[in-house]
Amino acid sequence: MSARDDILAAVRRNLPRTDALLPEIPRFAGGGEPAVEYFRTRLELMGGRSMEVPTVAAAEATIGELFPDARVVCSAVPEIAGTRRIEQVRDPHELHDVEVGVFRARLGVAEAGAVWVTQEDLVVNALAFLSQHLVVLLDPAAIVNTLHDAYDRMDCSASPYGVLMAGPSATGDIEGVIIRGAQGARSLTVLLLTDSTARNTATA
Amino acid sequence: MTRPVDPAAGAERFLAREEHEATHDRLVWGLRQKRDAGVATIAEWEELRELASRIKEHTLAHLDRYLEQFEANATKRGTHVHWARDAAEHNVIVHEILRARGAQSLIKSKSMLQEECGMAAYLEARGIEVTDSDLGERIQQLSREPPSHIVIPAIHKLRTDVAALFARELGTDPDDTEPRTLVEAMRRNARPRFLRADAGMTGANFAVAETGGFVVCTNEGNADIGAAVPPLHVASIGIEKLIPRARDLGVFVRMLSRSALGSPITQYTSHFHGPRRGGELHVVLVDNRRSERLGQPEFWPVLKCIRCGACMNTCPVFRRAGGLSYDATYAGPIGVILDPGFDRSKYRELPFHSSLCGSCSDVCPVKIDIAGQIYAWRRVIAGDGLVPLAKRAGMRALGATLARPAAFRAAEAAAHAALRTAPRALLYNGLNAWGRGRELPAVPEQTFREWYLEHRRMS
Repeated sequence: MSARDDILAAVRRNLPRTDALLPEIPRFAGGGEPAVEYFRTRLELMGGRSMEVPTVAAAEATIGELFPDARVVCSAVPEIAGTRRIEQVRDPHELHDVEVGVFRARLGVAEAGAVWVTQEDLVVNALAFLSQHLVVLLDPAAIVNTLHDAYDRMDCSASPYGVLMAGPSATGDIEGVIIRGAQGARSLTVLLLTDSTARNTATA
Repeated sequence: MTRPVDPAAGAERFLAREEHEATHDRLVWGLRQKRDAGVATIAEWEELRELASRIKEHTLAHLDRYLEQFEANATKRGTHVHWARDAAEHNVIVHEILRARGAQSLIKSKSMLQEECGMAAYLEARGIEVTDSDLGERIQQLSREPPSHIVIPAIHKLRTDVAALFARELGTDPDDTEPRTLVEAMRRNARPRFLRADAGMTGANFAVAETGGFVVCTNEGNADIGAAVPPLHVASIGIEKLIPRARDLGVFVRMLSRSALGSPITQYTSHFHGPRRGGELHVVLVDNRRSERLGQPEFWPVLKCIRCGACMNTCPVFRRAGGLSYDATYAGPIGVILDPGFDRSKYRELPFHSSLCGSCSDVCPVKIDIAGQIYAWRRVIAGDGLVPLAKRAGMRALGATLARPAAFRAAEAAAHAALRTAPRALLYNGLNAWGRGRELPAVPEQTFREWYLEHRRMS
């Protein structure tokens, strides 16, 4: 018999006798604070930072101010030019020298201070891990309260790759001292596009 | 019969330098306190524990179905699914995947399953360069030691130990013990290895049956580098990692990092559903005696474990003895109940490496009765006749004494008198393990019984 059939047969033979039904997951309300404010404090707790900018054009100017000396800014956001377009990258190794990686997130999760980013947003997934610093654009209207809300909304299986990213890379492996910038990004800045909220609220 | 590991001797080695014990205890207990603070932010914590426990129980009771569902859905997404009966098969499969693609070097993130399989040593013996990408794992790899904690592999080391290690292995300044400098040194050393790796390996925290995907949680983003940079990604997944639905992730992701470190989530919670653009993805589903455990009515609930490490952080024995003292893949309370399932004779001492205080059961996010299982393993091991003679004789005498009140009272009176007058040499000698490394508290004037009888009369 193949290993597969052997394992499945052994599992079947040994299934524990329990009548545990698969429970429905109730709706948990979450913090109660306005989602955007909660998101911002939690993101800070996770070592990230956030700023409000009205438009994508303003975001581009802010990136210039935050990283005035950056020689390689690789952008996956169509409206932000950067110095290198992600669409032109053929192999992830080409991203080894990126100082600032720029992309959009689809969703924010307040209680976790996390953004949800997929392969479609990154184009080349390594952009989020080889870049020294990250700038993420997020529509504040796309911030949900809890992880339960997030999994209801985001369909985590729609893309071959999706990541909930909460702040930059971090480690506490040496005497528990938290150091940001372990192996991945050294910093993560979320730019909240406030005008899109105004627009969405107006049309809501 | 295998020679048993000796956790008491291991603990003694760890305690040889007192600053290790003090720092380890402070850091690990600090994690327990952070866990408490993290848990306190969620009003429905107990409800989540109940949900998590029931989801896991349900999945294990229908594991055959969920495994088949996972395989079918993963295959549909272009993931290659392999099955391994045991550690040896797992290693052969991984090696064959690498060999067929001419892969010479591998970067791997933390996977307790790969530790369990002894994978790194197997691949290295076949000429493959294996680099751990998690900082703590890399520290342990360079020290030629296994991880001492399932979440923080080098927690038993002081910054001075790491500085000395990096000075030797990476050529850094041995006097610079600043964690920031040490982390930076490793970052610079590791990056070229990440860029030239032919393959990346990860474990998985959860595998979702209904989607055929799996989730990896890290704080360093090192698993993602391994998955995103080299063209080949191989993930080792124990068959107990299955959960039915993507929605269930909400429950488990909320609990995992809060239980481990107190943070609301790990920095990266990565979802893999098929190969990335331009990449290749393999999954190896591993049994390695998990199906056997499933059939043990008393012990199958341990398969609910999500490897958060909360039981280790709260354990008074683990905190003082350090993880390496267990001399096994899994340390701490969870190790005490997992390891004997792999080799009952070799790990027969571990269930006695516990005070049975029960704190582990209280913090377990999936409600495994860890203390109850430790006690149950003691019974199994005693039943095997594997308890050492001295302990057996002592237990028999104690049993006989405790069973008869008159005998107990006589023994109590004798011991009370003896403890107050005995010369030190009688209590603190090589024969009395309880007298080693600790002082008995002062013996009170009265025995508890005398005190009780006196106060009952008064009221």
